[in-house]
Amino acid sequence: MTCLHLLLTLVFAVSLGTPVEIQRPRGVPLTKKPFYEENKPFTCLDGSRTIPFDRVNDDYCDCKDGSDEPGTAACPNGSFHCTNAGYRPMFIPSSRINDGICDCCDTTDEYNSGAKCENTCKELGLKERDVLQKMAEITKEGFLLKQQLIEEAKKGREEKQGKVTDMQENKKQLEEKVEALRTVKETAEQPEKEAKERHLKAWEEQKAAIRLEKDKAKMAEAFLELDDNADGFVSVSELQSHAELDPDADGTLTETEVQGLMGGAAQVDTSTFESVWTNIKDKYHSESQPEEPAPVETPPEEVKEPVVDNDSEPFPEDDISEEEDEDEDDEDDYHEDDDKVLPTVKTPEKSHEDGEAMLPYDPDTQTLIDAAQKARDDFEDSEKALREMDDQIRNIEKELSFDFGPDAEFTYLYSQCYELTTSEYIYRLCPFNRVSQKPKYGGSETNLGTWGSWSGPENNKYLVMKYEHGTGCWQGPNRSTTVKLTCGKETVVTSTSEPSRCEYLMEFTTPAVCQEPANMDLLPHGHEEL
Amino acid sequence: MAVIAIERMGLLSVVCVSLFFSSTFAVDRGNFKTCDQSAFCKRQRALKPGQSPYRALLETLELSDSRLTLQLINDNNKVHLLLELYRLQGNMTRVKINELKPLRPRFEVPDVLIAEPPTEPLSVLSKDDNGVVLSLGAKNQRLIVSARPFRLDIMQGPEVLLSLNSRGLLAFEHLRLHKDTQAQPDGAEVKESVDGDQQQDEGEKDEDGESDKEEDGLWEETFKSHTDTKPNGPTSISLDFSLPGVEHVYGIPEHADDLKLKTTDGGDPYRLYNLDVFQYELYNPMALYGSIPVMLAHNTQRTMGIFWLNAAETWVDISSNTAGKTVFGKMLDFVQGSSEKPQTDVRWISESGIIDVFIMLGPKPSDVFSQYASLTGTQSFPPLASLGYHQCRWNYNDQEDVKSVDQGFDQHDIPYDFIWLDIEHADGKRYFTWDPHKFPQPKEMLQGLMDKRRKMVAIVDPHIRVDSGYKIHNEITSKDFYVKNKDGRNYEGWCWPGNSGYPDFTKPEMRAWWSSMFAYDQYEGSMENLFTWNDMNEPSVFNGPEVTMHKDALHGKWEHRDIHNIYGLYVQMATAEGQTQRSGGVERPFVLTRAFFAGSQRFGAVWTGDNAAEWGHLKISIPMCLSLGLVGVSFCGADVGGFFKNPSTELLVRWYQTGAYQPFFRAHAHLDTTRREPWLFGPENTALIREVIRQRYALLPYWYQLLYQAHKTGMPVMRPLWVDYPKDTATFTIDDEFLIGSDLLVHPVTEEGSRGVTAYLPGAGEVWYDVHTFQKHNGAQNLYIPVTLSSIPVFQRGGSIIPRKDRVRRSSACMENDPYTLYVALSPKKFAEGELYIDDGHSLNYDTKKEFIHRSLTFANNALTSSNLCPDCNFLTSSWIEKVLILGASKPSKVLLKMDGKETPVDFEFDTSMSVLTLRKPGMNAGADWTLLLQ
Repeated sequence: MTCLHLLLTLVFAVSLGTPVEIQRPRGVPLTKKPFYEENKPFTCLDGSRTIPFDRVNDDYCDCKDGSDEPGTAACPNGSFHCTNAGYRPMFIPSSRINDGICDCCDTTDEYNSGAKCENTCKELGLKERDVLQKMAEITKEGFLLKQQLIEEAKKGREEKQGKVTDMQENKKQLEEKVEALRTVKETAEQPEKEAKERHLKAWEEQKAAIRLEKDKAKMAEAFLELDDNADGFVSVSELQSHAELDPDADGTLTETEVQGLMGGAAQVDTSTFESVWTNIKDKYHSESQPEEPAPVETPPEEVKEPVVDNDSEPFPEDDISEEEDEDEDDEDDYHEDDDKVLPTVKTPEKSHEDGEAMLPYDPDTQTLIDAAQKARDDFEDSEKALREMDDQIRNIEKELSFDFGPDAEFTYLYSQCYELTTSEYIYRLCPFNRVSQKPKYGGSETNLGTWGSWSGPENNKYLVMKYEHGTGCWQGPNRSTTVKLTCGKETVVTSTSEPSRCEYLMEFTTPAVCQEPANMDLLPHGHEEL
Repeated sequence: MAVIAIERMGLLSVVCVSLFFSSTFAVDRGNFKTCDQSAFCKRQRALKPGQSPYRALLETLELSDSRLTLQLINDNNKVHLLLELYRLQGNMTRVKINELKPLRPRFEVPDVLIAEPPTEPLSVLSKDDNGVVLSLGAKNQRLIVSARPFRLDIMQGPEVLLSLNSRGLLAFEHLRLHKDTQAQPDGAEVKESVDGDQQQDEGEKDEDGESDKEEDGLWEETFKSHTDTKPNGPTSISLDFSLPGVEHVYGIPEHADDLKLKTTDGGDPYRLYNLDVFQYELYNPMALYGSIPVMLAHNTQRTMGIFWLNAAETWVDISSNTAGKTVFGKMLDFVQGSSEKPQTDVRWISESGIIDVFIMLGPKPSDVFSQYASLTGTQSFPPLASLGYHQCRWNYNDQEDVKSVDQGFDQHDIPYDFIWLDIEHADGKRYFTWDPHKFPQPKEMLQGLMDKRRKMVAIVDPHIRVDSGYKIHNEITSKDFYVKNKDGRNYEGWCWPGNSGYPDFTKPEMRAWWSSMFAYDQYEGSMENLFTWNDMNEPSVFNGPEVTMHKDALHGKWEHRDIHNIYGLYVQMATAEGQTQRSGGVERPFVLTRAFFAGSQRFGAVWTGDNAAEWGHLKISIPMCLSLGLVGVSFCGADVGGFFKNPSTELLVRWYQTGAYQPFFRAHAHLDTTRREPWLFGPENTALIREVIRQRYALLPYWYQLLYQAHKTGMPVMRPLWVDYPKDTATFTIDDEFLIGSDLLVHPVTEEGSRGVTAYLPGAGEVWYDVHTFQKHNGAQNLYIPVTLSSIPVFQRGGSIIPRKDRVRRSSACMENDPYTLYVALSPKKFAEGELYIDDGHSLNYDTKKEFIHRSLTFANNALTSSNLCPDCNFLTSSWIEKVLILGASKPSKVLLKMDGKETPVDFEFDTSMSVLTLRKPGMNAGADWTLLLQ
């Protein structure tokens, strides 16, 4: 609209050579001229009273609404209209008439102050047209870009929604698959468990038998050793020579103590020695054999370090593409997976007892175990896939839940970051995420706020973003940032400032706020008329 | 920006940890001394009233035309003092007491008195062994010198107006050698520790036991981590004054306390010691940024003043024999004819120097003001623009910020005259410089403001960054102008720039050099619309004792102890002088100061320092400025909105309404606060603030005339009611409302959520007109006024004429040639008078060339007449009279303008409901002689 007006005014100015001075009281706009009829009593525009016409612009305020003094500073609430031929007409408060400051580019406001004003309307008009034209171009191009953005966002959204729908579908299937595999696993695990138990039981029995045999042999050996006089009996005195058997560990093995060990008997034969053996076998040292060496510590199992492959960035600061955030997410996923995988690393069942390894499973059992293991692996794989899918769905749903504008035109900003380097700091705006500030020459990053809400004016809240709850300020509030969005072809942070302590202001251009040029079609017509 | 935080954090952690680390919002009292912690105050206060050991040696009396001298002797230690008495012109008496033969000279405060006060002859009326009676001129006033014990009484007829040493508290610690103390650790020396020791009778018993204690702080004292080496030993002085018949005393600013001074029994005395008090507390006698050792005593019969000319740390005790009595008790006394007359007793104690007291005998309040003005000078006459609105903040970040704030005022159609830059504008807090990144083109910025006919103030503090790359520092160093520490090296302390030196402003050569730094070719980037603000001039030393300079620092041969309270005055003096000089003595300076002393009124404006965004601080701004006004400083204001913390919108609006009716009108805010330019609180509040700033601008002609009056006569601009209604006891304690001049009464709303205020309208048989509605109210009543957020109750006195410029523009300069509207408020006797003062608003030509218009406006006998008060003045104005409003008028049949021998009819309107007669566009030039006749 403004463009059109401007051009039409120009048309008049150019085609007629000089603007026509239509007779009307000073400071009255053309539209209000009919109310100021010379030589007729003037009625204040609010209708409050009627005065002789010679009191209009007589430098005394008669009307409460100031309408009798459009061309003087007499009324506190009056306004003065400057035509500003060549530029934009405007109203200024009456108090700026003849105040020694040039407000109207046509100099009409300073007709009696001695201020040396120059008519700058033409210059301003040119400049403004220039600016407006550029703006119009920017708006036009920006708006086209915006359409693309909307289109892309729409597509992207549909894609994502489709994806989510697909994924939801897949998820259902996956869930079913997980359930099915769980059943398979459980089915396979039952025979496995039974076979294993059988095997274990047999092994335990076998082990017990062997142990018993060994003990018996040891006992016989001990008996022979103890029976110094080889009379087929072990006597108290024979036993007393084994000081290590001292029950109270006072260093002497008394006769009474030995009798106690022997259950009150003076001597025992091989058959009754069995009960004595039970009493002494833990302490008994064979006279012939040296003491058992301490078991050599086996080196601990090498723990496998989880190798995290996170596409580590070679240029961590430079690359500010969307991947980075995703990388970070991925990284988390890796860790999660690792955590879950680690404890399930299979260790073959071992029995160190007596240094004897369990007998290998018989082929039938092993088959059952292999089958069960496969079922387990399949189940876990599917469960993991389900989790991953859940994460993906969640992420997409989170993205879809953001308010990306009436036409989702701000979608493209999601998971992007934009930087501005000032003399001291690098400012970084990651829309819908956070704003931060980092000293240019080393030092840690400060959070200037995380995404809060759209908080533009009522008629268009999408002109301002608010980021809140940043790092706390010393003796002050938490840092926060207001981001003002203006139309531009490019998406750039153009300035930052800190108007109040720890309250930052960022200017940001984006095509997403470019408004549809109101009468793009009319523009060429205007030119044609010329 | 974060960098500031880091810098500040660093600074603070080094510098004033204890100051800033208190998390609650209140002064850290532990940083400041109580009387008990100030050795001389403790010693002096331990003395109780009793018989004075001082005796006047009448045989030593010498009387010249204007001066009487007499020796006093302390019978305890035989030290002789010299008493000098002067009768000064204008009903004043000066009493000076010094040692007759001091070991070294004692400090006498220079540069406060504008001249040696002219004297009048003293004559001895009678003399005998007991004393001397001197005549103080007419009016039956006598001065009686009693010999044994020494005391002075000033009498009028049979009445004692004021007595000195009547309670025997004259005490003069004479200078002595330190070895004496060591040689005689007991007995005599102890007695001498306070020469006027009263307890000589019982003293013998106590002395030995107390000797150690009493010696404490004589030759050294330590407060917190700071040790004051006292190479001169004890030097304190004290004197008491009794004021029979007086129940109300005022003055001795600066304290955040009520207008009427309280008795100090049971608490600390009022303290006068210029200090940078962080987050000061209300309603207590603690010292603040400035000190004016002047007290006013008032009753229905008479107003008097005591001016204690001493720049050292000073404490003032006040006691009263009626203090404990309830109103009922007093009534009972009255009914029963109780014999006891009310009396107020005052005692002054200073750490060093001499006793030099001016007793101003009034008798009217206006007499005391002119008496004090004749001694220390009057309020400087400020540039008209400085009476407009000032927009300040710590800090406007950069030139862009300044520009956008400036534009903000125009966008919201709010007038303002000055925008201010705090410490961040300078390059690394090197004053006289500009931050090269934030303010790269100061002249461009100043020119931008000049194009809008507006002005700027940039801060220049007296602490100088110690930095060999800084011109100011290098010059001060090479000229050896820094204050020295006790060892003779340059004194250094921490302040905003870090390690800083403090120029010795007591040196005239130093001040002359400082002044020369304001020349346009010295102060780079300065222009004629750049003015100055002196902050931190107590001086503030972050790591010094009580956040100020060590008392043993040296200013030439004098210790900082001697001169402390006058340091800030000198800073402002040299700065104001520099501003005058840069214009070749043509333009008036404008300098705001935080620290001040008696005489500071001659150099510019004062504000009440770092207040807070709290209702209590809004309320206290009234008594604080009233107290300053009573002792000469009329150009006073408080930070609108409150410096620390964020004000609620209601508080901010109320503060604008209050500030708009106080002399110095500046909004200011701490760095840590959120922005609060007037348009940031929604359109309704913007409108409320705009409205009250516009009221201020409309009244600028009245403010200007009052400042002129203050400059000429010493009359305060913002006044307690009792100044104009001295016989109305109901006014004596009022400090929630005040008068501007004699003609406007303001009762600001200072309570949160207030729905109404009760204003006292003084003056039996008088009337007051609500300036907003023209509603007439009778005087001598408590009037309940319902209020909304837009209300600021203001009344014009019936009998007054106030000129206004109702065409409010974006700055005062823009209104220069605008016409006046005269608001004639008729008294019940249909009389009114007022004045109109006009000059160019900024130059000294009013003084040097008599270029001004001063007119008397009188309404009597149905005729309003303008007559010339200065026939030999010459100034031409293009301003004219556009309208005359006559409040309380009756409808005339005809109005005629008589001018230049011609009579022309004038249109008028009459509003019957409010009895307001409006004369339409009489049109005469504001400087002309004319009469408007109502027929």
